[in-house]
Amino acid sequence: MNQNSQHDAKRELHKKTLVILAWRNLWRNHRRTAIMLAAISVGVWAMIFMSALMRGMVDDMLGRGIDQLPGHVQIHNRLYLDDPSVVNSMPEPQGQLLKSLDQEGISKWFSRVKVPAVISSEQDSRGVILVGINPSAERETILSGAKISQGRFLESGDDRGVILGEKLVNRLETRLGKRIVITSQDPDNNLVEMGARVVGIYKAELPSQEEMFLYMGKATLQELLAIQGRVSEVAVFGDDYRDVTDLSAQVAAAIDATDAFTKQKIVHKTWFEVNRYLGSIVNVMDGFVLVWIIVIFIALSFGLANTLVMAVFERIREIGLMLALGMRPSYVTWQILIESILLLIFGLAIGNLFALLSVYAVADGIDLSAVAKGFEMAGMGTTLYPLLLAKDMLSANVVVIVLGIATSLLPAWRAAHYDPIQALSRAT
Amino acid sequence: MTAISCKNLSKTFLQGEQKVIGLDNVSIDIQSGEVVCLSGPSGSGKTTLLNAMGGLDTPDCGEIMVGNLRVDHMDKAQRADMRLNKIGFVFQAYNLIPVLTAQENIEFVMQLRGVPADLRHKRSSAILEEVGLQGLENRRPAQLSGGQQQRVAVARAIVSEPTLVLADEPTANLDSNNAVQLIKLFLELNQKLGITFVIATHDVRVMSYCRRMISMVDGKIVNDVLQPLNDSLI
Repeated sequence: MNQNSQHDAKRELHKKTLVILAWRNLWRNHRRTAIMLAAISVGVWAMIFMSALMRGMVDDMLGRGIDQLPGHVQIHNRLYLDDPSVVNSMPEPQGQLLKSLDQEGISKWFSRVKVPAVISSEQDSRGVILVGINPSAERETILSGAKISQGRFLESGDDRGVILGEKLVNRLETRLGKRIVITSQDPDNNLVEMGARVVGIYKAELPSQEEMFLYMGKATLQELLAIQGRVSEVAVFGDDYRDVTDLSAQVAAAIDATDAFTKQKIVHKTWFEVNRYLGSIVNVMDGFVLVWIIVIFIALSFGLANTLVMAVFERIREIGLMLALGMRPSYVTWQILIESILLLIFGLAIGNLFALLSVYAVADGIDLSAVAKGFEMAGMGTTLYPLLLAKDMLSANVVVIVLGIATSLLPAWRAAHYDPIQALSRAT
Repeated sequence: MTAISCKNLSKTFLQGEQKVIGLDNVSIDIQSGEVVCLSGPSGSGKTTLLNAMGGLDTPDCGEIMVGNLRVDHMDKAQRADMRLNKIGFVFQAYNLIPVLTAQENIEFVMQLRGVPADLRHKRSSAILEEVGLQGLENRRPAQLSGGQQQRVAVARAIVSEPTLVLADEPTANLDSNNAVQLIKLFLELNQKLGITFVIATHDVRVMSYCRRMISMVDGKIVNDVLQPLNDSLI
């Protein structure tokens, strides 16, 4: 055996010795260790489970918002985001673009006409967003989480009726079957208007949707605005709004495959580029989860530090003895750190397990109808589905290990720096 | 051959604001294979001298050689290595690591030295038998009597075959019978293995079995004599 391998073997032996010492010392005071283990487990459980609930809430809000508004990736006129008027429309997908949008990787897509308009009843007028849709294709998407509370949904693209949200109906003091007047502008900036009958009233979970969005047949709206064959946007959907990198690349390739003129006129944007408010929610949520995890850990760290300080304090003479026998101070530091790491690993294992079980137990959703009003205000549904992300679990585990070790450094360092004579002569 | 050589060792402590002399210009040579007793009243400096010899404490001035190693020039880590490899310690009390069994306590020093498990086990088993503790190897210190604990401590001190064993009041917490048994063990090991023993004590029973007797008062060596060996135990 050469000197290096001898050295490695010795180091391995030391590690084993330190782990045995740390493990036995940990269980020297069963009650204290059990309490600390319980505290870490509950803390980790709270970090992960509460993060999953918060993620679930935000995911619900974002999912609905993205479905009803931009889609996962949106294609539109290059100038549309700066000026979402009818002037900046684009042709309905056709030819190569249409072919590309029907390929694998794109779960669905819708072309919509979306323009600002004024709607007037006999009593009042309101500014709204007028959305021309293909009702047969879009019903599930556009009314995701909403329902027709009176009347019917649109029947076809050339349906002459309109559907309004309950809140808008109340504001306009109109009702089902009444006529309203829609006023907007055509591409030449001429005022255009039409009378339409309220054929349906919807109840949405997003109050803003009820108040702001008025739906009508796409062909009817194109006719009103004199933009036959043109749309405001094409909303493209993939499998998961959280990861649109591939989808975005696919749409970019689809645009690239069009003729030079179209390519120059249209662009694609991801949902978080189209709607920066929704996009910022994800970043805010990431930061919030991390802060949440750290705050819980800071509370935990006091207990951990106290446990280790007490454990070291109770063993001063023993540490002095080990130092006197020739144990290197660095090994004493490691011994205390290993104790802490063992405690953290077991706490993490139990906490993770309980968090997973808790998420599994409520995977079918938590009924929040008792506080539905508050949730609706925030644009969320009345059933909360926890969303457990691997990165949240990883963050919780990394924060606990890293900060846990950092918390243990001081007691470990102090233990290693005891003077063996003073430590041995210390009264128990 | 000289096991330990101390030249002009001095050490003072601060007790509150008062300076206390621990060692006052102490010089001493101890030959290999000697059993030396350091005696004197409390505060005479015997433990301070023992600690300085063992590299547990550093003198303010003077020179200490253990074998051919200059102890007073060593840093903390070097002194730790020297204690691990050259010296066996037996303390007055709290000699064992409570979470380890008797055998594991004996093997602890060997583990730190990187002795392979099979060899460790063989040597610790043999030494347990040597000190009369066979059958008790799996007991933890709390399950052993004071005498048995000191025997384990002695076993740990000699298991790595050090050239020198330093024992500080090893019989202080033992009854007469156990104290005599422990001294007997020291003498047997000295005879058999040639280990040098330096024992700080004010136990007259211990003193009577040591060939060389060094008396200390106020940090000074006041008497260093060879006495007729009481070999009734051997």
